[in-house]
Amino acid sequence: MGEESVLAMEHVSKAFPGVQALSDVHLAVRRGTVHALMGENGAGKSTLMKVLIGMYLPDQGEITFLGRRVKIESTQQALRMGISMIHQELSPEPYMTVAENIFLGREPLGRWGLIDKKKMVADTRALLERLEIDIDPNTVMRTLSVANTQMVEIAKAISYESRLIVMDEPTSAITDREVAHLFRMIRALKAKGVSIIYITHKMDEVFQIADDITVFRDGQHIATVRATDTDRNSLIAMMVGRELTNLFPKEEATIGEVVLSVRNLTRSGLVHGVSFDLHRGEILGLAGLMGAGRTEVIEGVFGIQPIDAGEIYVRGKRARIQAPADAIQHGMALLTEDRKLTGIMGVLSVRDNMMIASLGSYTRGGFLNRRVIDETCGREKSRLELKTPHMDQLIKLLSGGNQQKVLVSRWLLTVPDILILDEPTRGIDVGAKSEIHRLMSKLAQEGKAILMVSSELPEILGMSDRVLVMHEGRVSGEFVRKDATQETILRAATGQRAGVAA
Amino acid sequence: MASKAAAENVGKDRTWESLNLFLNKYGIVLILLAMLVAFSLLSEGFFTARNIFNIIRQISFMGLIAIGVTMVILTGGIDLGSGSVLALAAVLATSLAQLPESATLKYAGLSVPIGVPVLVALLIGALTGWVNGALISRFRIPPFIATLGMMTVARGFALIYSNKPLSQLTPEYNFIGQGAIAGVPFPVIVLLVVAVLTHIMLNNTPFGRYIYALGGNEQAARISGVNIDRVKIGVYTLAGLLSGLAGLVVSSRVGSGQPGQGVGIELDAIAAAVIGGTSLSGGIGTIWGTIVGALIIGVLDNGLILLNVDQYWITIVKGTIIVVAVIIDQRKNR
Repeated sequence: MGEESVLAMEHVSKAFPGVQALSDVHLAVRRGTVHALMGENGAGKSTLMKVLIGMYLPDQGEITFLGRRVKIESTQQALRMGISMIHQELSPEPYMTVAENIFLGREPLGRWGLIDKKKMVADTRALLERLEIDIDPNTVMRTLSVANTQMVEIAKAISYESRLIVMDEPTSAITDREVAHLFRMIRALKAKGVSIIYITHKMDEVFQIADDITVFRDGQHIATVRATDTDRNSLIAMMVGRELTNLFPKEEATIGEVVLSVRNLTRSGLVHGVSFDLHRGEILGLAGLMGAGRTEVIEGVFGIQPIDAGEIYVRGKRARIQAPADAIQHGMALLTEDRKLTGIMGVLSVRDNMMIASLGSYTRGGFLNRRVIDETCGREKSRLELKTPHMDQLIKLLSGGNQQKVLVSRWLLTVPDILILDEPTRGIDVGAKSEIHRLMSKLAQEGKAILMVSSELPEILGMSDRVLVMHEGRVSGEFVRKDATQETILRAATGQRAGVAA
Repeated sequence: MASKAAAENVGKDRTWESLNLFLNKYGIVLILLAMLVAFSLLSEGFFTARNIFNIIRQISFMGLIAIGVTMVILTGGIDLGSGSVLALAAVLATSLAQLPESATLKYAGLSVPIGVPVLVALLIGALTGWVNGALISRFRIPPFIATLGMMTVARGFALIYSNKPLSQLTPEYNFIGQGAIAGVPFPVIVLLVVAVLTHIMLNNTPFGRYIYALGGNEQAARISGVNIDRVKIGVYTLAGLLSGLAGLVVSSRVGSGQPGQGVGIELDAIAAAVIGGTSLSGGIGTIWGTIVGALIIGVLDNGLILLNVDQYWITIVKGTIIVVAVIIDQRKNR
């Protein structure tokens, strides 16, 4: 690759509390090529890109860009050097126009230092015309469709005249027609010598557009190959490749009758006709890539967001769930994905956080029974080996793992039959992780029904009696424990028809 | 060796931590005590039983509203309408408690038991609060806007109802603000009773904990099965009720109900809550903190007047203290 190399990242490591996100990885991108980055969720692709554009500072590592050793400390600096990025999560200024968004932070100034709106609109129009994007520069962003918003973001990234453009799953929100359009733009950029780093989960796209492919796994660089030298199956093998460790001790439990039955659940644009049954004593794993609609299914089942169609049956009876309180009434509990955003109440005590969902059952004559509450808290503390100096401690001062235990406790105190766990071990240390897995196993043995969403394949494979795989809002595969492998699940998750519907 | 030094460091950190904890919890009380000592030294008339009762009586109306607004702020909201609701409740109640020979008599020949004006004041307060709560929860209007609307609307109704003071009230009515039981002014008793009841409600009932939960993380509370709308409507209704009660006390204290009463009192009440450690982002705060905050404002007003400080300077000092209190609060909750 040598002289034609645009970017070389070497020996890059980055750790977050409890996770080694990147360990000693390298990446080399050639001039005028598309370099695909592949790997499971959490493999380290996005982290590496955030290091590249200066959003994260690496713990160690060297970056050489256009032949010079550089240290990138902010996204502005990266932009000035000629590196721009299209983020997976779109973040336009919703009340600004297309032109204002594209020129945000670098508005052309006219006389007296005021923004030269005419020039801004004219430049935007020229840019969009050159890229054959049919959007009026004066349109307000929030009135655009998701696909058009994505096209504007793409145009914006291109408009920086960067030497290197990072595209993080740019096609997740656009249709085939727009994908074809994007690929035309990418080929034009390539012809001009611009390099593209292209993050995707979609195999078809990789083989259509990529010149080189690098696979990451668990924060490590696995391989870099020419697209012409490989095929789908060897890519998938590289992506999953690891041996299953025995971290996940799901023990045998008697699987009983159906307790939760979801039929044809639909949320416009997000979830399309999802149906499944959940049995007593069973752990049902819900697998899929980010944005496959798993959390959206759960939000619908638990009454957090309204559903557009579909029915939910609890123990055979139709359940009308319009708010989480209704779901709790029906014996459901939900451990949410984002602990900070929807789980803990940070400025409140451990006690308050633990008791909030079941306070109603700890009253006497309308008043809280403090003695029983304190006894309950003490019991939960020792049962879960919760590490907190006292129950008045603010929960935000506990470690992630201990916060998660408090939340688990919150839900167990409601004595649920159906536990929905959305990424129950995300971002917590290994010790707390295996404790939570042990607890799940025990709960299943006690006859609880557990629906577990997880983006970690080993967790899905280790814990689940049955695995449901989602892709683009639909169930794309269902496997019983013995048929579920990393390969079969990943195939179904990437929308390939290889999955055998069981 | 190294481990011993480390252990000592940990010990030092602990000491610092507990000192910090102590200051966070009681710092505001220390400030109040320091102010009491300072004013006692500077002014002879300050530290007398008479003046101290005077201060508490003066803050009693504002204190009632501060208790209400503390609950509202705990949920992450705000109430700007309390001063106007106070005035509306005051003119409604006093119009039903005038002596027959009153020069400003609203209803000739009307003579109703004392319970009627009291009930009317409390009900109109609760009703305005309910409207606030309904607007905020059902129509998703930001609390700032909903209660800003109430501030103007309630004041308008008060002015329409009576554009002049309604005075010469019955002795029973006057007792509310001017009477005393065993030497303790009745408004002080009202404030204390309300403070104790609210404290118990906040700490010992599910509803009280839900109030904190809402401010702590509304979405988490909702997912935990808390009926967010019901809690919000309840809190604003209670705050309105306390504004109505403050209207009774204040009109009785000055012997007349006036449509211009209580202008700006909501800001003093919010200041008292904030000085007392209530976080404007919700979830943090206590009734005792708010009472101490109200006392600080009362002592400041009273002490500075006794020292013949210009009224305009007093407002500047008050404003500065509020801002400093919020800065401290921000640092503490980072």
